[in-house]
Amino acid sequence: MRKPNDVIIRGVTKVVVVIIFTFAINLFISGHHYPGGGFIGGLAFSSGIILLFLTFDMESVRKNIPVDFKVLAAIGVLIAVLTGVGGMLLDAPFLSQSFGYFELPIFGKTELATAVLFDVGVALAVIGTSLMIIMSIGDDR
Amino acid sequence: MQLLHLMILLPFLFVVFIPFLYRRFNSQLHTGWFVLFIPLILLLYLVTFIPKVSNGNTIFVSMPWIPSYHIDFTIHMDGLSLLFGLLIAGIGTLVVLYSIYYLSKQREALHNFYVYLLLFMGAMMGLVFSDNIFVLYVFWEMTSISSFLLIAYWYERDKSRYGAQKSMLITIFGGLAMLAGLIMLSMISDTYSIREMVSGNRVTAFTSHDLFIPAMILILVGAFTKSAQFPFSIWLPDAMEAPTPISAYLHSATMVKAGIYLVARLTPVFGGAYEWFWLVTGVGLVTLLYGSINAVRQTDLKALLAYSTISQLGLIMSLLGLGSAALYYGLGDEAAVYAIAVFAAIFHLVNHSTFKGCLFMVVGIIDHETGTRDIRRLGGLMHFMPISFTLTIIGGFAMAGLPPFNGFLSKEMFFAAVINVIKMDFVYNNFIGTLIPVLAWIASAFTFVYCMILIFKTFKGKNKVPKVEKPIHEAPMGMLIPPLILGLLVILIFMFPNVLSAYILQPAWSGVLPELAEKGKLQIEISAWHGLNTELWMTIGVIVVGTILYLTLRKWYRVYLIYPEAATLNRLYDNALKIMELFSRRITDRYMTGYIRDYLVYIFVFIVVMVGGSLWLFDGFVYTPSMDAPVNIYEVSLVIAMVISALTVLLSKSRMTAVISVGALGFFVSFFFVLFRAPDLALTQLVVETVTTVLFLLCFYHLPQFKKEMSHLRFKVSNALISIAVGIVVTSVALSANGTRLFPSISSYYEDAYVLAGAKNVVNAILVDFRGIDTMLEILVLTIAGLGVYILIKLRLSGRGRDKNEEAK
Repeated sequence: MRKPNDVIIRGVTKVVVVIIFTFAINLFISGHHYPGGGFIGGLAFSSGIILLFLTFDMESVRKNIPVDFKVLAAIGVLIAVLTGVGGMLLDAPFLSQSFGYFELPIFGKTELATAVLFDVGVALAVIGTSLMIIMSIGDDR
Repeated sequence: MQLLHLMILLPFLFVVFIPFLYRRFNSQLHTGWFVLFIPLILLLYLVTFIPKVSNGNTIFVSMPWIPSYHIDFTIHMDGLSLLFGLLIAGIGTLVVLYSIYYLSKQREALHNFYVYLLLFMGAMMGLVFSDNIFVLYVFWEMTSISSFLLIAYWYERDKSRYGAQKSMLITIFGGLAMLAGLIMLSMISDTYSIREMVSGNRVTAFTSHDLFIPAMILILVGAFTKSAQFPFSIWLPDAMEAPTPISAYLHSATMVKAGIYLVARLTPVFGGAYEWFWLVTGVGLVTLLYGSINAVRQTDLKALLAYSTISQLGLIMSLLGLGSAALYYGLGDEAAVYAIAVFAAIFHLVNHSTFKGCLFMVVGIIDHETGTRDIRRLGGLMHFMPISFTLTIIGGFAMAGLPPFNGFLSKEMFFAAVINVIKMDFVYNNFIGTLIPVLAWIASAFTFVYCMILIFKTFKGKNKVPKVEKPIHEAPMGMLIPPLILGLLVILIFMFPNVLSAYILQPAWSGVLPELAEKGKLQIEISAWHGLNTELWMTIGVIVVGTILYLTLRKWYRVYLIYPEAATLNRLYDNALKIMELFSRRITDRYMTGYIRDYLVYIFVFIVVMVGGSLWLFDGFVYTPSMDAPVNIYEVSLVIAMVISALTVLLSKSRMTAVISVGALGFFVSFFFVLFRAPDLALTQLVVETVTTVLFLLCFYHLPQFKKEMSHLRFKVSNALISIAVGIVVTSVALSANGTRLFPSISSYYEDAYVLAGAKNVVNAILVDFRGIDTMLEILVLTIAGLGVYILIKLRLSGRGRDKNEEAK
């Protein structure tokens, strides 16, 4: 069978994926103050990777992103739990979050919240799970 | 824990050692010899209490068990419990001795046998001595269980298992009824102690209580099942599959008297009531008649003895019922007259234990020596087994109520008691009341007949046992000693009834009727010759008629064949069991169809009935339009679009359409989120809807080739009705919930999210900060779902494994 010429898709994907990833990260970071957050950010990020899967074949994507998504999901859950445990170490109840404003070199006055760490866990779990599902179904022959 | 507790629990404590003793010593010495000491020690220990108790003292010691619930193992030793204790220990000793010779050291699993036997003995001891009703119940059920184990001792036989199951079902049924009755009784009397229930002025207060009659009936059901009263008597003949020592011990002397004990024990509580009198007396008499009539038709010696036990238990029970009339008459002189019936009951109880134990042991000997218990095959054993013959005569004549044996005395007292019934004012001119002596007399005549059958069909006539390897001969001495002792007792009690009466029976009597005893009304002198009175004439009548009946047995025996087999209680029980099983199986098969659709129908119908029903019953439907927000054109058009896509899902002809419509529905929902200003939800809904639609399409694509038909969803009226009903119910619940706000919302708190959590996005602040634990668990759910998908796909049996499986099939 002749290999179809999908140069346009490939070309567009290479550009679009960057935009999707940026948008996803933006969604994630802005989640604290604007619509978005770990869940939707994670989903958007994984949709970018799925686009890569669709454009290129699964093997080459896997070669370029050598991440085991099962482990990623587990790490996500672990981070979420650990942020809760971290509060306990400081004599606070489980999963109590705190935030503060810091003067950072480049960003200026910035708000740092432990809730963001928790959100990282959420995002990683979402990315790991969605890709785990898609890959295992896609791999099934 | 005191010595008394220790002694009563001694059988339980010793049980632990039996298996070791069996393993270590059985090759040299029969395990029974070790066991023999336990009832012997118990007996000797209990004998030391006789002087104390016969002086009217009672012993009361307590050991806490569950103090916070007032459930203590309290021992209350009065005349009645001491009498039972002596019976249990005494006959227990003899039975163990007998079993040493009866059961083979080589062939039988003796450790099992003696463990069960001692468990039973301990349970029985605990039963008669405990004062707390719940402790009593515990021991009661332990006797049921150990009896179950003993009946099925030869568990490789079908009949043993059948008999064990039957007795278990019936006695446990009764035991549970009794538990309910005891709980009611404790509610009425506000105490768990039988002694406290009996004592004081509480008794009169009981009768007016609502639970008095239910408690009485339930407790009587327990007592009747245990004591094999009509119609619960059917388990006893089948329990004869047990080894003969067990039949002698459990099913004639001790366990079947547990119900008698309970009735006697609670007579002071219930005794004054009409219902008690009629129930106990009536059931007792019916049992007496039923047992004696049925015993005549038996061809198996043990079955004959089983029915005779039933009949004698009925006699004792009816005497207890008759005696309860004494409490009806209060404390007057009349009461003392009726109280004699209770004495007769106790006396006959002792007598029955002696002669029935003796008879069972003799039957065991016959079985052991000839290999059969069938009367039709036995005969002419008199010359081979003279000692057994003598013992049978003693036991049989005592059972028939002839002098010079102890049965004569108690039978005379029984007749006296039934004649006294006519004098009672509440049975006077009452047909049933005057019937009582007549029934008692008929039953006695039949008793006479089966006693004669037992004696003469077995030992007289021609020897019909086919020649076996070894000639029939007398049993070894060890086997004969226990029945000899019992036979001797039968005669001794006749000779010196007043000795027994003074030391044991009188205290027991006052244990049953404590209030009368306090007034000194319970005095009796037993004499074998009590004048030429009605009782004696009745006995002579019994002998004459009984002899005639026995001699003409062959002529009227056919009467029994008229009664249809299908209407017997056993057949009724079997059929009931079968029908119950069949019926429950049918029901289960009917509703457990295996189709998920049916189960969903049950669930939805349940929801509609419960939720809709309560909404309707409690008038819960509220609709307050004033709470509604104004509706705008966007919402209306969106709703129309959603309804259209939902209807498309329902009515679509192909699955593809349905999948697409579901996707469309999802996107419309996300529009709703936009419209109702929920950007986070809208975003998530959009992405999730996309993913699920893709997954649906994947499933659609992979549907198997065969039977893939583009079919319209089949229409069923019931489905439509149920789904419409569910829709209506849920909608009305939602409307009502919206219409009733009991409290203001707490959402105002979260509006300060920027101050509290440093977040301007309230939704996100709730998700990660205020209610972070929900999010944490949700990502856990997500991860588990992902792993589930991964496992389902990756860890299927590989192609080769599947082939192997198919080959294996």
